[in-house]
Amino acid sequence: MARLATRGLRLEAHKERSTTQPIITAAVPQQLVLALNQQAGAANIPVVNVGDAVLLGQPIARPSGAHGAWLHSPVSGVVVAIEIRPVPPAHPDEQQSVSQCIVIDNDDRDQRFDFQAVDYQQLSPEELREHIAQGGIVGLGGAVFPTARKLASLASNSGTYLLVNGAECEPYISCDDMLMREHAADVVFGARILQRACGAEHCIIAVEDEMRDAIAAMKAVLQATGDSQIRLAIVPTVYPAGGERQLINTVCGIEVPSGELPTDVGVLCQNVGTSAATARWLRDGEPLISRIVTVTGDGVRQPRNLRARLGTPLSTLIADCDGYSERQHKLIMGGSMMGLELAGDDLPLIKAGNCVLAASRLDLTPRGPEMPCIRCGNCSDVCPAHLLPQQLHWYVQPPDPAALDRHGLLDCIECGCCDYVCPSQIPLTSRFRAAKPAMAEQRGDAQTSADVLRTRFEARTQRLARLEAEHREKLAAKRRQLRDKS
Amino acid sequence: MSALPQPAPHSIASNSVTRVMGIVLAALLPAIATHLLFFGPGLAVQIVLGAASALAAEALALKLRGMPLKQYLTDGSALLTAVLLALCLPPLAPWWLIVSGMAFAILLAKHAFGGLGVNPFNPAMVGYAVLLVSFPVPLLQWLPPTGLQETSLSLWQTITTILTGAPPAQLQWDAITSPTPLESLRTGLSLGQTLQETRAEPIFGALGGRGWEWINLAILIGGAALLALQIIRWHIPVSMLGALAACAGVMYAIDPGSHAGSVFHVTSGASLLAAFFIATDPVTAPSSERGRLIYGTGIGVLTYVIRTWGGYPDGVAFAVLAMNLAVPLIDRHTIPRIHGRSR
Repeated sequence: MARLATRGLRLEAHKERSTTQPIITAAVPQQLVLALNQQAGAANIPVVNVGDAVLLGQPIARPSGAHGAWLHSPVSGVVVAIEIRPVPPAHPDEQQSVSQCIVIDNDDRDQRFDFQAVDYQQLSPEELREHIAQGGIVGLGGAVFPTARKLASLASNSGTYLLVNGAECEPYISCDDMLMREHAADVVFGARILQRACGAEHCIIAVEDEMRDAIAAMKAVLQATGDSQIRLAIVPTVYPAGGERQLINTVCGIEVPSGELPTDVGVLCQNVGTSAATARWLRDGEPLISRIVTVTGDGVRQPRNLRARLGTPLSTLIADCDGYSERQHKLIMGGSMMGLELAGDDLPLIKAGNCVLAASRLDLTPRGPEMPCIRCGNCSDVCPAHLLPQQLHWYVQPPDPAALDRHGLLDCIECGCCDYVCPSQIPLTSRFRAAKPAMAEQRGDAQTSADVLRTRFEARTQRLARLEAEHREKLAAKRRQLRDKS
Repeated sequence: MSALPQPAPHSIASNSVTRVMGIVLAALLPAIATHLLFFGPGLAVQIVLGAASALAAEALALKLRGMPLKQYLTDGSALLTAVLLALCLPPLAPWWLIVSGMAFAILLAKHAFGGLGVNPFNPAMVGYAVLLVSFPVPLLQWLPPTGLQETSLSLWQTITTILTGAPPAQLQWDAITSPTPLESLRTGLSLGQTLQETRAEPIFGALGGRGWEWINLAILIGGAALLALQIIRWHIPVSMLGALAACAGVMYAIDPGSHAGSVFHVTSGASLLAAFFIATDPVTAPSSERGRLIYGTGIGVLTYVIRTWGGYPDGVAFAVLAMNLAVPLIDRHTIPRIHGRSR
């Protein structure tokens, strides 16, 4: 077993609650809401109009940049609106966000668009990547980075790794574990496709040592296929062992340099869910229109994993788990360490949605009143990035950019380990997150600030468009009123 | 939309400043019990006086600074400062010593510098140092351990002695007090006796001072508990005691006639109390492991230097304060290597 190269926490995992039941297919709702901002970077651009009939799997929005992922209709039916709708939050400071969405009424017939299997070995890596982009594949571990774009970023193939990440270290989430137990063949097949598409020399699938059933399933598939190219790495169950940089260090023995990307040192990480989605797309011709999502916590009656179509309201998923228990307290998208609190369940499932945690008060130990830092050092003992959070905290209030740079603020991966052990109950991670943008700008980090500006600009354009539409609507209504009167 | 969302993580470990301070206080209990056994009820009276004045000073400071009383009075930090200072004072020291020492510690060393978590100097050591330089005579009037006492005081006699500052009728200070082992060693050596002659005096035990050996053993037990519970880390105690033992060992090897050995220094005075309970105060110690090693080593060396060549029998308090002064510098130069960075 690989020794964990970093620090971290051994947490109560709470995964057994949702892994006793097999994955079920979630109910398909009458109306689905497909957010256009489901992938990292610029939003998708609709290629259908209101009133168009669409088929299951039909492309409905194209990417705005090279190698971006397409968006497909998860059902057959009619586009009834393309408008701003509430969607799950993109940032911890909000409980919901808004995005331009394509709203589709389901005709319950599931009439398929032209599903075509493709032999991946017949395609060149370049063609393969383009094809993966057309399948709408994005990183399903949570970052939703367009997979094709990431696959194109490996500079050479000698000595490079494709690391397929099944180390699902965050408490409560079990969708990757269940995927590997039930669809290990998809994961392995997808890994082969991804390896060809990026040109990595080695391929390693990483699994946590406590996922015994998943390990057995993966081993069985690897043995049955006689695949000697793909290696299984078993890593300790420590949070955040599955963090990209932590996993790379544990499995490959490579430290990704600060400020650089894993691909800069020849390692490309993909989530096991992404791998399986790629397999479905190439083998069955089914684009990314559904995902496995864990619905768990003491707040639902029957925690389980479901394969749900994108755009399904979270309330439907809760209903599929026999509804809320009387102890339901807080709804979180993601796990208890890094998840985002939701305003409600009236939000659509998005590609990033790996877990819906309906937490009761028994599930959570919330923070008490904040006390001053006593520099006890618990935080620095557990920080997987080897930072001194107690010192960072001293320097973020008020921000001292030079000291923050020295202490590696931008190397913080926001895992929340320091918060977890802090006796003074200080929300360290959110303070660090808040201090980062200014830091990045100070550093002259052109890319980061450009991204921030672009996101702001896009949000503004959308807002203005919405305001204008509303204004026109009002004018038109007034005109109608006047006309009716006269 | 409701109130602002709680930022992640949504669930944390059950821990609090009160819990941390409470564990440290509990770890001092064996030492307190042993102390009471060998030196009579004086320490209990000192702790009560110290705790009362510490909480009063804390409440006054919080009130003046407009901070919530309940949240901070119950954090246990003032109480811990009181117990640590009480352990450093002679059991029969007059009441105004601990009261004024606590006032200095809490009002000046702690709150004037920003209060819990930001005071650069260890408050208990500031209190002790102020008392030692201001009132050296009463601070050096220690009691001999049980068995060597010509007369032992009852609880009532102890209380009246502490409150009036005068020994009970028919008794002279000289009859009930005796110098500490470290002071005896110093005096003996300065009178031209050899170490062996000095150590033959009844106040010395097999390792260090009689009675003190057992208190130190109790401190060691408490310290081990703190290590096991991960309230403190090994770096400061090991480096401090290691440096002290190394200095003593070298000097003993050079001149065994006039220098006590490593074991004597480690088990005498406040060495162990400081190593596990005072120097490890995280607020006033460096934040990195390397920094803690440097800090502990500095305290160990300075303690030996002050004991051997300085003007006071024990040098722990001044050594800790001097190294407190160096903490920002140590922190600045011992930032650990960040994941993915070269140094």
